[in-house]
Amino acid sequence: MTGGRSERLLEIRGLCVDYGQGPAAVHAVTDADLVLDRGEVLGLAGESGSGKSTLVMAATRLLRPPGVITGGEVRLYPGDGSSVDLLEAGYSALRVLRWSQVSLVLQSAMNALNPVMTIRVQLTDALAAHLPNLSRKERHARAAELLAMVGISGDRLASYPHELSGGMRQRVMIAMALALRPQVVIMDEPTTALDVVTQREILEELKDLRDQFGFSILFITHDLSLLIEIADSIAVMYAGRLVERAPANALFRAPRHPYTLGLLSSFPPLHGPRVAMTGIPGSPPDLRMLPSGCVFHPRCRFAVDRCSVGAPPLETAGGDRVAACWRLHGDGPVPVPPELAVPEPDLAMRSMP
Amino acid sequence: MTLLAAPEQAPAVLEARGLTKHFAVHGTAAAGRRLLRRGRGLPAGPAPVVHAVDDVSLQLTPAHVTAVVGESGSGKSTLARLLARLVMPTSGELLLGGKPAPAGQRRRIDYAKTVQMVLQDPFASLNPVHDVHYHLSRPFRVHGLAKPGADLDDKIAAVLERVALTPADAFWHKYPHELSGGQRQRVAIARAIAVQPRVLLADEPVSMLDVSIRLGVLNLLGDLRDREHLAVLYITHDIASARYLADKIVVMYAGQVVESGPAVQVTDSPAHPYTQLLLSAAPDPERTTPVTLRGRGAPPSAVAPPSGCRFRTRCPHAMAICAEQVPPAFPAGPAHVSSCWLLDTSVPRRRSAASTGPAADGNGPAAGGDRTDLGEEK
Repeated sequence: MTGGRSERLLEIRGLCVDYGQGPAAVHAVTDADLVLDRGEVLGLAGESGSGKSTLVMAATRLLRPPGVITGGEVRLYPGDGSSVDLLEAGYSALRVLRWSQVSLVLQSAMNALNPVMTIRVQLTDALAAHLPNLSRKERHARAAELLAMVGISGDRLASYPHELSGGMRQRVMIAMALALRPQVVIMDEPTTALDVVTQREILEELKDLRDQFGFSILFITHDLSLLIEIADSIAVMYAGRLVERAPANALFRAPRHPYTLGLLSSFPPLHGPRVAMTGIPGSPPDLRMLPSGCVFHPRCRFAVDRCSVGAPPLETAGGDRVAACWRLHGDGPVPVPPELAVPEPDLAMRSMP
Repeated sequence: MTLLAAPEQAPAVLEARGLTKHFAVHGTAAAGRRLLRRGRGLPAGPAPVVHAVDDVSLQLTPAHVTAVVGESGSGKSTLARLLARLVMPTSGELLLGGKPAPAGQRRRIDYAKTVQMVLQDPFASLNPVHDVHYHLSRPFRVHGLAKPGADLDDKIAAVLERVALTPADAFWHKYPHELSGGQRQRVAIARAIAVQPRVLLADEPVSMLDVSIRLGVLNLLGDLRDREHLAVLYITHDIASARYLADKIVVMYAGQVVESGPAVQVTDSPAHPYTQLLLSAAPDPERTTPVTLRGRGAPPSAVAPPSGCRFRTRCPHAMAICAEQVPPAFPAGPAHVSSCWLLDTSVPRRRSAASTGPAADGNGPAAGGDRTDLGEEK
């Protein structure tokens, strides 16, 4: 999407998160690397239990015990040349950064909104905390403005969450997340509980708002087919590990990791002839008893002996994409499976400066 | 898979004719409104009801999957419950093998032997304190189909095999928490097909499952259709999966069927504006042009649905007649019908009026209008 060298905004390096401690610890996220550029929509895809929510909860320091961050760094570049490691930042520093730089939209707007407070109170809460100089009147005007931004009329400020439809509640959450014009908005399954039409309306509004304010979005969902439409680039997680990261279109047309390929063929298409599809055999692993080697190998149809021995590293797979698979580059007598070697689309276009 | 439904195949196993279910609205708000009206000397009017399912006719034929697609609140789950005889219809007929379905509690058990149901959440539909063996022994015991002991065990092994949970003895003594989501849903399906029903009603059977194992369960339903000639009702909000699995798609909106026809035809050339809206909103990685949603907003109140066509309040093609008369099912192709006045060929003027009228306004004003509608609802 963005031409030329892009400016990084949030950088996650080697993030590891465990639940519990000692030998019984469950490794929910292992060695995750993610880079969110300015103005970019980065999608994070994966099944339930793959660690996508844990990753962002850890990166924003919202992780609750028994979750423990065991390693890595999360750097935020606010744009003035400085950078902050969110994992090192103290409580007061985090208080300043949260909501003004990084905000969060959660899946269940009914649970995220306080049922006994009006929308007005909840919308002005962050404003009052971060901008103490604003008068009460100004805060209320700003709250009405925020609601108007997501297409809800200002007289809804006096409503309680239960008086709003699911879609409107989620819009209120988005308005709230944008209250202080943050640079990073993290959205954890923001539209999963909504009907398709409402989902599409909200996604369109989100796109308009992003064009208007230029924030970056980290969009988490299990719906890869949706992500391909809305994200600039996509990272796929499996059993707590990042297995592939690529521009959205390249990932869709030419997946390089067998799990991505399997996930893509788990969504029946809306067009074309109907063909039998298989999904992925087996089920996601139990994080307490992970398979040896590559965690995906028991379900992988391309697995070779080597896959059960060592875990493959994330390696560059051409252009600005990476994948973690032993068969990525072929290995002597074992060639790259043709399904994973589909040429990338518009490679020529992307390689231009 | 049959791409185009053969015209009038085998006679329907289960047929709904004009099935209607209205639920009474309880609570102080409804009662208070009526009291107020009475206090002002006005007639209290009829007691308010939720129009959950209104005048739905449907045929389930052997060896066919019929998908019911709609948003939440469109009445698809109530329809499944009506067909399962878990709720009794307000009006309308339900015919099992051509004969009226029994209504009494005693005959229920016979009905359940023919019509079985699979629910959405296998985490909730299996009892956590019982193992697989117990769950699967119940249908045999309840319907008196097997003697306890070796006979029962053989039958349980056979039914586990039918849902591809093999080797059967590895699963017998497992409890629901020891199974993955896909395995749990397979146990729930095994329980449903144990009595050799002729109809299987599956209410969102894969929406709670992990993405990568959904297709496995969908394929299992397809296998049961092909191998055992089950008539399957597949309820879903995911129109892509309906297109994949089903022979026929029925689209519901606000308690009514708005379109039905062969699955591929309905998704490739949708005739009803609501179906078109659903398809345009569905995620589609192949999409190259930006989405234009024609018919924003939310479904109408089920207590006081709009007159005439219920979609008219959102419809980009709404005409005068849409508010006056409920559109009947017009033919839209072979075995394909749609309840929309646009398809009424008897009055050719209407079609042209529609294509130039509200459509020319574009999306902007329509979007604004919707929001004020929402505001006024309160």
